[in-house]
Amino acid sequence: MMTLKVNGHDTQIDADPDTPLLYVLRDDLKLNAAKFGCGLGQCGSCTVIVDGKAVLSCVTPLVLLEGKQVTTLEGLGTVSAPAPIQRAFMEEQAAQCGYCIAGMMMRAQALLLRNPKPTDAEIRAELQSNLCRCGTHMRILRAVHRAARLMDTADASANERSGR
Amino acid sequence: MNAPVVLDRRRVLQGGGALIVSFSLGRAFAQEGAPAGAASKGPGSLATTPYLDSWLRIDSDSRITAFTGKAELGQGFKTAFQQIAAEELDVPFEAINVVTADTQLTANEGYTAGSHSMQDSGTAILNAAAQVRELLIAEAAARLGLSVEGLSTENGAVVAPDGRRLTYGELVATDMLHVQAQPQSKLKDPAIFKVMAHAVPRVDIPAKVTGGEAYVQDMRLPDMVHARVVRPPSYGAQLVECDSSAVEKLPGVLKVVRDGNFLAVVADKEFRAIKAMNTLAAATKWQERANLPKQDDLLNVLTSLPSQDSTILDRSDSSVSGQTTLVATYTRPYQSHGSIGPSCAVAHFADGAMTIWTHTQGVYPDRQAIAEMLRMPPASVRLIHVEGSGCYGHNGADDAAADAALIARALPDRPVRVQWMREQEHAWEPFGPAMVTKLKASLDAMGRIADWNFAVWSNTHSMRPGGAGTLLAAQHMAHSVAVPPAKPLPLPEGGGDRNAIPLYTFANAHVVHHFIPEMPLRISAMRALGAYHNVFSIESFMDELAQLAGADPVEFRLRHLEDRRGRDVIERAAQEFGWKRDRKPPAGRGYGFAFARYKNLAAYCAIASEVEVNRETGRARLVRAVAAVDSGQVVNPDGLTNQIEGAIVQSMSWTLYESVSFDDTRITSIDWQTYPILRFDAVPDRIDVHIINRPGQPFLGSGETGQGPAAASIANAIAHATGKRLRDLPLTRKRIKEAIDA
Repeated sequence: MMTLKVNGHDTQIDADPDTPLLYVLRDDLKLNAAKFGCGLGQCGSCTVIVDGKAVLSCVTPLVLLEGKQVTTLEGLGTVSAPAPIQRAFMEEQAAQCGYCIAGMMMRAQALLLRNPKPTDAEIRAELQSNLCRCGTHMRILRAVHRAARLMDTADASANERSGR
Repeated sequence: MNAPVVLDRRRVLQGGGALIVSFSLGRAFAQEGAPAGAASKGPGSLATTPYLDSWLRIDSDSRITAFTGKAELGQGFKTAFQQIAAEELDVPFEAINVVTADTQLTANEGYTAGSHSMQDSGTAILNAAAQVRELLIAEAAARLGLSVEGLSTENGAVVAPDGRRLTYGELVATDMLHVQAQPQSKLKDPAIFKVMAHAVPRVDIPAKVTGGEAYVQDMRLPDMVHARVVRPPSYGAQLVECDSSAVEKLPGVLKVVRDGNFLAVVADKEFRAIKAMNTLAAATKWQERANLPKQDDLLNVLTSLPSQDSTILDRSDSSVSGQTTLVATYTRPYQSHGSIGPSCAVAHFADGAMTIWTHTQGVYPDRQAIAEMLRMPPASVRLIHVEGSGCYGHNGADDAAADAALIARALPDRPVRVQWMREQEHAWEPFGPAMVTKLKASLDAMGRIADWNFAVWSNTHSMRPGGAGTLLAAQHMAHSVAVPPAKPLPLPEGGGDRNAIPLYTFANAHVVHHFIPEMPLRISAMRALGAYHNVFSIESFMDELAQLAGADPVEFRLRHLEDRRGRDVIERAAQEFGWKRDRKPPAGRGYGFAFARYKNLAAYCAIASEVEVNRETGRARLVRAVAAVDSGQVVNPDGLTNQIEGAIVQSMSWTLYESVSFDDTRITSIDWQTYPILRFDAVPDRIDVHIINRPGQPFLGSGETGQGPAAASIANAIAHATGKRLRDLPLTRKRIKEAIDA
């Protein structure tokens, strides 16, 4: 039994220590967003954020995650209260089948956390590790740019409210 | 075993089945086909499923459900159908709920394939909704003692001139909609559309971007267990040794299932099932056979296999003859659907009935195949479509459903979830078939094509289920079912010969289809079927001929095309791209153009491309593409744009990078390292899609129309940039470099 902090909550996990994080999220915690795509770290559909960095959950065993903060797409927002990145993907209609999208969004979110105003080249370079088969790439790029603008606006209005 | 249980629709509606759909209707059978001797047929799928209540239900509190036998694969048509039903019923978009393919609830519309969804199911829902609206108006007229002429509909109610309103829920009565469709409907004037022709946001996207349950992979039924299949290492391999004692002792392992060469393991948790699969695989010995063809010699392999030849176009005009002649041969390798999420299914065998949740493209034909495999009556097997990862044709979906069924039968009363591994999807999915085309044409003194000869060699392009022998599990089980003989798909849609007949007008034209029954690799339907390679070939060759004629490629196409709508998309794409005769591209770049009407009867698409070629490395990158598309009456312009953008990007990946690799025994492209596809560094700077809407015209399927034109426009741009013509797909960096250096 070990404690894992997922989306801000401490959870007790009873899984074999070599279990990749992906299966802990999907099987033990019943979270849907992180997807199995290859199990080899080649496609990025399992991407989640661990301590602020994008991580491939399919090749990251549970035993390495003691004391770390895991964030999945579910932890960012909901349909009724979407996070900027989620709002941006909805507004750009940036999905076809959508299977790769959760991973795309988490990697983009990690980028925007450390670089709030990325260039197009920076977004492309960051998303290089994530595959999309439907060919939704143009919309994904637009959605990440939009998310950056939405986050910027959200920050500005939050600063305004706090009188800064 | 218990006597087979027959799940009927009434029982399901009453709550006897696994899926409860609550609406108030008595006698209604979605599966009810057209009665014998039915009068004139309704439009779209109303021709085969004529009863209006197979398509639409209204319950007493005015909730409306639209039913489609098609499966949402990520194309977004679920949203489009909701728009169509809302528009013709005069209700808000949100008032409609759409139920998709389910053998217990929806019409049998065969496969969701061939860009048919809008044409078949969309047309059926459009007309059914219009006719239901008329029935409701007639009912209101009778109740109010008024004539129908003065009545109108708005927001889910029939309104009388004196202001009296009757809601649809008040008006609808048992059996009122259980009537056959009329051949003609009073359709709305497109000029007053409120929901159709608007870019309504897709209904499935919110769940997909917030971690909602959106895919069959996300299903978690009570007491569900996880299974993995141990596939043979190669086609036809025989299991000669299998010691399951070690795996049975592993924690969480519930069962090892062996049936001939079919081997699977079931565990309580998913990762334990994977570990058990690996342990079991290590404890097996297989006898393999080395009988795959030479991967680098597909031209000779295909043209040497026995073929059934048919002339599919033979036009001659002896008064016209050519002077200069050009010949060329084009090839396409085997290519992979490459779904990002490997196939998955959940099956539950209880009380003699089998229920399977699957991302198959055809719940009814797959049910037929699985029932045959299990030797159960089809009525005791229910297939429910749940979205999976995008498939782009016949991938492992049906096989995963069969795997789940076979394992669930061995473990009654527990839902079994089977998830294929990456290497299983890559090695075992049925590939898009390799193809060869040989072209020969002559120009007359005026620079017109006087004589056109086109020959295509190909397997069939559909080995989809129908019979059990198409399913891997059925092939591998002890009482194995043989793969059924391949059949060519009939024209006008065709398979290997899809789009082999040019839409252009040539005085003399001869097109031959060499259908190859023998299939050295497992193949089936992949987006656009033969049209991808045939259009690549025709449209590349048109450019070669334009060059021979000293003509501009766009003008050369228009010179040979009479079809007005075809000319319109060509002119529009050229204009939006800024196409000009002899326009000089920036250094290292080239412009390319291509056109096709998918299947010669679906959507029209023209694409202009700008491609950059690095002469040092041979690397080609699509910089920008401009498409014009005519899909008839547009239902959701953003959905259509999304499909065309996706088609261009996906076809670009097929065209520049992709080929299945194999040695004499095994498939060796088994992951994204060995089967690379495009990544973000290759994504174009921009793609512009221009829609030519045709209000009131029939829906034309558009999910596949971009594949061929995108490939040819890229190939033509590479030729323009380098002065070298590449005719063997994929147009890899290595091949381009070799051509430049030659």
